[in-house]
Amino acid sequence: MKRIDRSLKVRTGFHQAKWDEPIIFELSKKGERGVLVPQADDEITKEVGDGVSKISSSMLRKEAVNLPEISQSRVLRHYVRLSQETLGADVNIEIGQGTCTVKYSPKVNEQLGKLPGMAEIHPLQDESTVQGMLEIIYETDLAMREISGMDRFSFQPSGGSQAIMAMASLVRAYHEANGEVDQRDEIITTIYSHPSDAAAPALKGYKIIYIHPDKDGYPDYEAFKSVVSEKTAAFFVANPEDTGVYNTKVQEFTELVHKNGGLCCYDQANANGLLGVTRAKEAGFDMCHFNLHKTFSTPHGCGGPATGAVGVTKELEKFMPAPLIDFDGEKYYLNYDVPNSIGKIRSFNGVAPVIMKAYAWIRSLGAEGLYEVAKIAVLNNNYMFKKLMELDCVDAPYIEGKQRIEQVRYTLEKLAKDTGVTTGDIQRRMMDFGMHYWCSHHPYYIPEPMTLEPTETPSKEDLDEYIETLKYIFNEAYETPDKFENAPFASSCHQVDESNMDDPEKWAITWRSYLKKYTEK
Amino acid sequence: MKRIGLIVNPIAGMGGRVGLKGTDGVVDKARALGAFPQAPNRAISALKALMEIKDHIEIVTYFGEMGENEAKECGFKIKVISTIKDRESNQQDTIEAAKRILEEKVDLLLFAGGDGTARDIYNAVGENLAVVGIPAGVKIHSAVYASSPKKAGELALLYLKRNVSKVKEVEVMDIDEDAFRKGIVNTRLYGYLKIPYDPKFLQGKKSGSIMNDEGAQRAIALDVINHMKEDVLYIIGPGSTTRPIMQALGLRYTLLGVDLICNRKVVKNDLTEKELLKEISDKVCKLIITPIGGQGYLFGRGNQQISSEVIKKVGKENIIVIASNHKIRELSGKHFLVDTGDEEFDISLRGYVRVTTGYREQIVYKID
Ligand SMILES: Cc1ncc(COP(=O)(O)O)c(C=O)c1O
Repeated sequence: MKRIDRSLKVRTGFHQAKWDEPIIFELSKKGERGVLVPQADDEITKEVGDGVSKISSSMLRKEAVNLPEISQSRVLRHYVRLSQETLGADVNIEIGQGTCTVKYSPKVNEQLGKLPGMAEIHPLQDESTVQGMLEIIYETDLAMREISGMDRFSFQPSGGSQAIMAMASLVRAYHEANGEVDQRDEIITTIYSHPSDAAAPALKGYKIIYIHPDKDGYPDYEAFKSVVSEKTAAFFVANPEDTGVYNTKVQEFTELVHKNGGLCCYDQANANGLLGVTRAKEAGFDMCHFNLHKTFSTPHGCGGPATGAVGVTKELEKFMPAPLIDFDGEKYYLNYDVPNSIGKIRSFNGVAPVIMKAYAWIRSLGAEGLYEVAKIAVLNNNYMFKKLMELDCVDAPYIEGKQRIEQVRYTLEKLAKDTGVTTGDIQRRMMDFGMHYWCSHHPYYIPEPMTLEPTETPSKEDLDEYIETLKYIFNEAYETPDKFENAPFASSCHQVDESNMDDPEKWAITWRSYLKKYTEK
Repeated sequence: MKRIGLIVNPIAGMGGRVGLKGTDGVVDKARALGAFPQAPNRAISALKALMEIKDHIEIVTYFGEMGENEAKECGFKIKVISTIKDRESNQQDTIEAAKRILEEKVDLLLFAGGDGTARDIYNAVGENLAVVGIPAGVKIHSAVYASSPKKAGELALLYLKRNVSKVKEVEVMDIDEDAFRKGIVNTRLYGYLKIPYDPKFLQGKKSGSIMNDEGAQRAIALDVINHMKEDVLYIIGPGSTTRPIMQALGLRYTLLGVDLICNRKVVKNDLTEKELLKEISDKVCKLIITPIGGQGYLFGRGNQQISSEVIKKVGKENIIVIASNHKIRELSGKHFLVDTGDEEFDISLRGYVRVTTGYREQIVYKID
């Protein structure tokens, strides 16, 4: 038998599973059942009725619920097939999703999350019966305080953007308490911070002012100075921003805002290169949020169930979402005594298994381990940065010659000019090698962007494989640019017409709205 | 079968090679200096990009070098609609050809030339037809031109092949060539032409779509209107970004001129500098302006009525700058520029300015 040649790092033989898998509603066969429940015995109905006719007719459904009718094995096949058609974290080298900090999350932590003591408890149980879970939340809070320098955390928000929303609410509550809520209606942020840093405060009614970067990619301090005033409610910023550039002068920004009576909110979703190195408190922030589903190694919950941990200084504690988890020396309890609380961010006290997994991750590493995570993440990123910058067709604007933190937003402008192949084309072609690749948030301020974030978990072999694959594809762009028009070739799905995404008229979020829009005419 | 109009201004670009800064009015001089036609070859480069759908298109064009020769050379099916043949063409022919092509109900008009040609095309077809400019002239200020002839052809191909229905308005700019030769830059905004808009093609995929841009302009208008105060005069500068303000208020507007409103009513349309100074002399007044797309000029291009005198009277703090994020991005980091002719005053305008980019949304941008 011939052995497969492994000398080339690039997986040219990859092909993803492809099923012509219908929508589950289309699989429905009238009368087909997964589990057949036995009919009620005549004698039982004689004694207690049929269970339905006693319900008042105004409360009865007129028609049966329109759910797919389908056998168990078909359901199983359906979802396994769909899972085979995704490029999940367990099948590809997750370097290509810059800003998302997709790392290998130890499977043992998954198992902890599934322990009966964890999986079978309910948030409505009496406090005395869930002391263990409350302890975990409380201790995770203590760890986060140490990591950030903040004085109190809440784990209620179930995503980063929801945590940013909580911060915007905290800002509002603070100014309300000071009688300045009407005067302070402006939020300042930067164009390379996450879009939610603008979107959440905007939803809260704030006017948003964006600062563009200066020539080094730092938020332009002079521009910033020109808009900070007695109208400033708060400054929302990520640091490092999505460019991987860390603003070393961030303290000057926070000081200026404080001098003008505003608050400073730190989007620490990009914290993977900062653990044990810098803290929100020393940088002058009043509050911050971490994404447990990124930096703290719990799987990404896709807009929730995940956890955006929000932390604040002592002064702002009284505005926190209630309840907080406290310890009175003997027992852990839900503390509703939060006088100016912004209220609940979501039902119950956060996504317990996610907090549990983050807690396990933190405890397994300890302080030294967390620092090691940051160090390796930064080194991995800069190794990759160096290797890619050696290529003629890759560049990265700003702070020339200096290193980046944990991610880099590159530009493939030269490649696109030379070959006509765009970053979007590269993205599609990467799928043919079973790899994710992300361009950037919109709008593209950096032309033909490519954002990569290796984190601490890939090995050198993994990094090299990703780099070699990129090189292979860049080379292809120069030699056979036409090929890209029809990529991907080895993916589950061919090209999707993305223009539909820009047109709400074409959106169908549910099966029912699809039927309404596209089949009933 | 798709039908494409084709107009080549054969003399476009001849002046440049021989240092004449434009060819309007000086063709003979250019010839004498040894200039030879640039546009035909450039038009051919653009047409070559359409080869893959060659059998599915018909080119509607004018005689000789105005399109017939170029289309023939590439082997396209042609319909020549001019009555006259074989003489030297002139500016009037360009306008006439564009008008006739519009009547022919083509899917798209491709034209090769410079800023002067774009102006002629604008005069003939206005916003009634999607066009793509093949850059061939000496001066190319108008965004109607693709960055190269090949790109012009490719954009046309995308428009025809995928039936991209979206178009966007771009400024038709030109400078007064007589003045330019004497060293005076005097750019005017003549109007708007519609070019196919494929975000994938222009900016990399999804870097904002035309729907978003229109939406942004409406959002900007809402923001501006929300902040309008009673009895304050508002000078509305020219452009497609300020237009939605007037539209939302249901007021008559001058797209290329300056209008004055107060308490949601028009005080006067299309004012000259003198009229402006007179109207605002003893009143509180605010000025709403937008930069010229792609160039970033806030003052001194396309809005000369708003002179340094007018701006001084209004006061720097009363300038409201508006622009969609798309427009800002198209400046590719270039700062705003001012050129009122009063250098000292221009310097005083330098620094940072807030730009309204949406409803309750601003960016801070630098003026140089
Ligand atoms: C810097 C930054 N802030 C906020 C978020 C939002 O987090 P989430 O996706 O959990 O809402 C992200 C997510 O990528 C991010 O990178």
